[in-house]
Amino acid sequence: MRGWMGKLRPVFIFSVLVLFLAGCGEENLSALKPKGYGADLLLDLMVISLAIMTFVFVVVMAIYIFVLIRYRRKKGEENYIPKQTEGNKSLEIIWTVIPVLLLLILAVPTVQATFDLADEKPREEDGSITVEVTGNQYWWHFNYPDQEISTSQDLYIPTGERVYLDMKSSDVIHSFWVPSIAGKMDTNPGDNENTMYLEAYEEGVYWGHCAELCGQSHSLMDFRVVAVSSEEYDQWVSDMQNIDPEATPETASAKDGKKAFENSCMGCHAIGNSPAGVGPNLSNFGNRTKIAGILDHNKENLVDWIMDPDQFKPGNKMEGYNVSEKEAQQIADYLMQLDHSEVTPDSVNGSSGKK
Amino acid sequence: MSHDDVLNPKHMPHDPEKATLEGKNKFVGFWMFLGGETVLFASLFGTYLALSGSTSGDNTPENLFGLELVFIMTMLLLTSSLTSVYAMYHMKNHDFKKMQLWLGVTVLLGLGFLGCEIYEFYHYIHEYGFTFRSSAFGSGFYTLVGFHGGHVLFGLFWITSLMIRNQKRGLNLYNAPKFYISSLYWHFIDVVWVFIFTVVYLLGKVG
Amino acid sequence: MSNAIVQQRGIGAMIWDYITTVDHKKIAHLYLVAGGLFFLIGGLEALIIRIQLMQPDSNFISAGLYNEMITMHGTTMIFLAAMPLIFALMNAVVPLQIGARDVAFPFLNSLGFWLFLFGGLLLNVSWFTGGAPDAGWTNYAPLSSTSPGHGVDYYVMGLQIAGAGTLIGGINFLVTIINMRAPGMTYMRMPLFTWTTFITSVLILFAFPALTVGLFLMMFDRMFGSAFFDVTAGGNAIIWEHLFWIFGHPEVYILILPVFGAFSDIFSTFSKKRLFGYSAMVFATVLIGFLGFMVWAHHMFTVGLGPIANSIFAVSTMAIAVPTGIKIFNWLFTMWGGSIKLSVAMLWALGFIPTFTIGGMTGVMLGSAAADYQYHDTYFVVAHFHYVIVGGTVFGLFAAMHYWWPKMFGKVLNEKLGHLGFWPFFIGFHLTFFIQHFLGLMGMPRRYWTYFEGQGLATGNLISTIGAFLMAIGTLVFLYNVVYTAIKEPKASADPWDGRTLEWSLPSAPPFYNFKQTPLVRGLDPLWIEKMEGRKGITPAEPLGDIHMPNGSILPFLMSMGLFIAGFGFIYQVDNKLWFIAVAVGMGLFFASMFTRSFKDDLGYHIHKEDLIEKGDGKE
Repeated sequence: MRGWMGKLRPVFIFSVLVLFLAGCGEENLSALKPKGYGADLLLDLMVISLAIMTFVFVVVMAIYIFVLIRYRRKKGEENYIPKQTEGNKSLEIIWTVIPVLLLLILAVPTVQATFDLADEKPREEDGSITVEVTGNQYWWHFNYPDQEISTSQDLYIPTGERVYLDMKSSDVIHSFWVPSIAGKMDTNPGDNENTMYLEAYEEGVYWGHCAELCGQSHSLMDFRVVAVSSEEYDQWVSDMQNIDPEATPETASAKDGKKAFENSCMGCHAIGNSPAGVGPNLSNFGNRTKIAGILDHNKENLVDWIMDPDQFKPGNKMEGYNVSEKEAQQIADYLMQLDHSEVTPDSVNGSSGKK
Repeated sequence: MSHDDVLNPKHMPHDPEKATLEGKNKFVGFWMFLGGETVLFASLFGTYLALSGSTSGDNTPENLFGLELVFIMTMLLLTSSLTSVYAMYHMKNHDFKKMQLWLGVTVLLGLGFLGCEIYEFYHYIHEYGFTFRSSAFGSGFYTLVGFHGGHVLFGLFWITSLMIRNQKRGLNLYNAPKFYISSLYWHFIDVVWVFIFTVVYLLGKVG
Repeated sequence: MSNAIVQQRGIGAMIWDYITTVDHKKIAHLYLVAGGLFFLIGGLEALIIRIQLMQPDSNFISAGLYNEMITMHGTTMIFLAAMPLIFALMNAVVPLQIGARDVAFPFLNSLGFWLFLFGGLLLNVSWFTGGAPDAGWTNYAPLSSTSPGHGVDYYVMGLQIAGAGTLIGGINFLVTIINMRAPGMTYMRMPLFTWTTFITSVLILFAFPALTVGLFLMMFDRMFGSAFFDVTAGGNAIIWEHLFWIFGHPEVYILILPVFGAFSDIFSTFSKKRLFGYSAMVFATVLIGFLGFMVWAHHMFTVGLGPIANSIFAVSTMAIAVPTGIKIFNWLFTMWGGSIKLSVAMLWALGFIPTFTIGGMTGVMLGSAAADYQYHDTYFVVAHFHYVIVGGTVFGLFAAMHYWWPKMFGKVLNEKLGHLGFWPFFIGFHLTFFIQHFLGLMGMPRRYWTYFEGQGLATGNLISTIGAFLMAIGTLVFLYNVVYTAIKEPKASADPWDGRTLEWSLPSAPPFYNFKQTPLVRGLDPLWIEKMEGRKGITPAEPLGDIHMPNGSILPFLMSMGLFIAGFGFIYQVDNKLWFIAVAVGMGLFFASMFTRSFKDDLGYHIHKEDLIEKGDGKE
């Protein structure tokens, strides 16, 4: 009998060890380190369900181990014929009724949480912030209809209040997921618009993923949620509203870059308030956390990206754009100086910043 | 015992379609198959209902459908179901000639139905420019009604083949189950049509 | 006709024999070999996926190829490996367990196999013709309906053909079990494996047509310009999700229920005890099958169905845990008080209990709608369904293969090698998938081609990859065991495990007509009853007489090949209308074979009583 258990033990110890090593994942990414209302509520729900399930598992394993030790055929028992039991009514009732009760205990908070996360009453009452989220292959557009501003890739929200997202897709189905703030919601093409809300507890820059297979660069469709204090948020909004798309850049290179941008890029990319276009809105590109959601935010990467975006995000729609190396440099200079707001991911307290 | 003795007994049993194990198997199996077909059509109905509002231009159900033609089609198919019942009645009385006769009538009625349906589709396409590709409603409509039409066509081929194949040798325990399940299939097609008539045409006209 | 016993001379004759066979035992061999081959292909795809994910920022394969890999891994494992292997067992065992000489429709049985095989081949041809399907095994529109190239077309045509085969197989088993049980084999005396086959067949019957319709709509959208999933023309992409999961959730139970049945037989045999709570087990099976149709939307909690629908589907999902729990406890109490023998089949069954309990636990957790907003489409889900599909179905297949191998091939698989294969697979399995629960919660969505340095996901993924290789080792040991057994092991006796059900009353492997005389069943576990009363074999229910047998036929092979050819025609007619010739040729072959079948009477033949007596013990 020792053999069976003995062989299992190292596996068990190893798994536990692994968990300690891995911890609960990275700050601002893991659903196990909630930083917002939704994630917090859902972690509680997970813990409740895990506790109930663990109880069941322990009971099953206790019987299992006992049975294995006690009733394993021993030498000399080859001809022993056990009693052929048909069943046992009371036992069977017990293991039907108890699970039903346990599931009822779990069903109540489940239903509560489900309705809680779909609750839109506060939105109608106090006119909370609304952001229109549009999923695109492979980037995110964020439109603030009441504030009349637009941005892409970095979603700015104030902490401590609910921000409602009206979500759709311009092409295939995507799924908007910021694990440490809230659960996910699909963005569907057509009329199937969805709504959810985000409520961040603390300031920070949070990772967001696309969670529904959407093509080759599905795994590269990252974005960030930048949660700032309400004052900073108001500041950011007014900075964004004051962007002048016609403003002349300071350096000569950036000036040329603006021209090149207007010739080659404006067909798809907008600066200033715009609906979701073919390409991301670049109004505050200089303040972005990442280029295309994945590359470190610096000029070399931007030039490389402009020259050959497909190398970084296979299958994206910017593929095949033709500008010279020099023009790409100039465009990069132009874009990097579009940093109109004092409120940036770097300025966020306690954030992991541009990591 | 040779096969001939088994399949052509001196006294035909009352239910020749279920007298052999093969016959019983065919009978049960075909009912199962119809269960699956029910899910198939249910899925098509669901899809149609989800898309019936997605019309383009003036080609809405109200404008397109003409209940007169559909009523005639319904009558043709309902009557053909009845005549196939007569055929089965004669099968149980071991009257092969009359069975063939009523099956023939069934086939003719079915052909009439199919002719009307082809005319209907032709009419929509050429008078209204309403096609399979023109809107999601068009796709849903032609797929649902077309699947049914395809079933009718298959049923006609099936019954006709059975009639020709067994014309000379008459009824026996080998072909009785085949006749029987083909008539089951025909009833099923009829039931599906009743639903199409209600859900697609009546609701389309009213809603 | 007394060329009854097929003369096997030479490889050619053997191949011809297998291509034309309608014998359920040979069809079982075909399913086993074909399903096993696809299992290896799917496993290879899994290893490639794990190598790609072994470290962050990996570029082992390109993103596009990766999507093809995950799609084909899932599709292959579900449709072309797990289901055929289950069909192999059903074919090999069910007619024997109910005391039948064959299935109800031997011809259709063969047709079902060849449709599956040609469908699977068609799907895999896509690797060599410019790219496999790449929209995930769930093939969500509009990603799939707009996917460039022909990959998804292969998915549509391949699954349509294979799916038709499965549906036919399902109907066949239903009728077999309803009509062909031996005298005395009432429903409530059927072995659990037969029962679960029965319920599984019901699920197949009612679930697959939804997939059929979904595939047709997808085909029409991609090939003929309809607008079902095209939102710009008023279509609705969510329809695909509904149709797919109305099929897809029962499919999960189609995969798991038959192995539940196999485990029941195995626990009972190797504990030397009657199955505890037999009627509760039957009831639980029926209930799981029924509820299986009520829960499809729990795959769609994040689609935006609203809190009411989500809550309803959450509660109905949780309800399934109850009958599943009943089963687990009944298995435990079958062993309780028994005399447990740790054979390899039993070892897999024992490995299944904790594994599946974990899979069931995470299933309930996933069913909790709101919490699923975090789990959905992450590695948590990947971990969960591998715990149930590998920990349930694959463990079950291994258990059942070790258990019934003597009945299928006449030899007992080597037990030492069996143990040696179990441990790496079992340990590797938990290494691979346990950690994935945490990877998911730590923010790793499923179907991700890569992840980045600094996301805290590297260690877990590395461990997972190591585990996958251990599983591969376990599989290789099993393959070695198959070869070793075929060469080295002696012929098995009729009843090597001290079995309880009818199949063990027959020689291993049984003669092609199975039962010389139809057995008389006198209760649950009929062989056990006879043994306990001191008899050697089962009491016959009829005097020795002629046996009616069906003729073999090449037509199922030709019909399937016709559809295979037509499949290519449909796929490529989009590029060039000349391909409609292939459609015509293929459908022509199909319908010509079908008409041949209906116009040419096929009455079968009789084995004469005298021949049976000559054969003595009924061995071939």
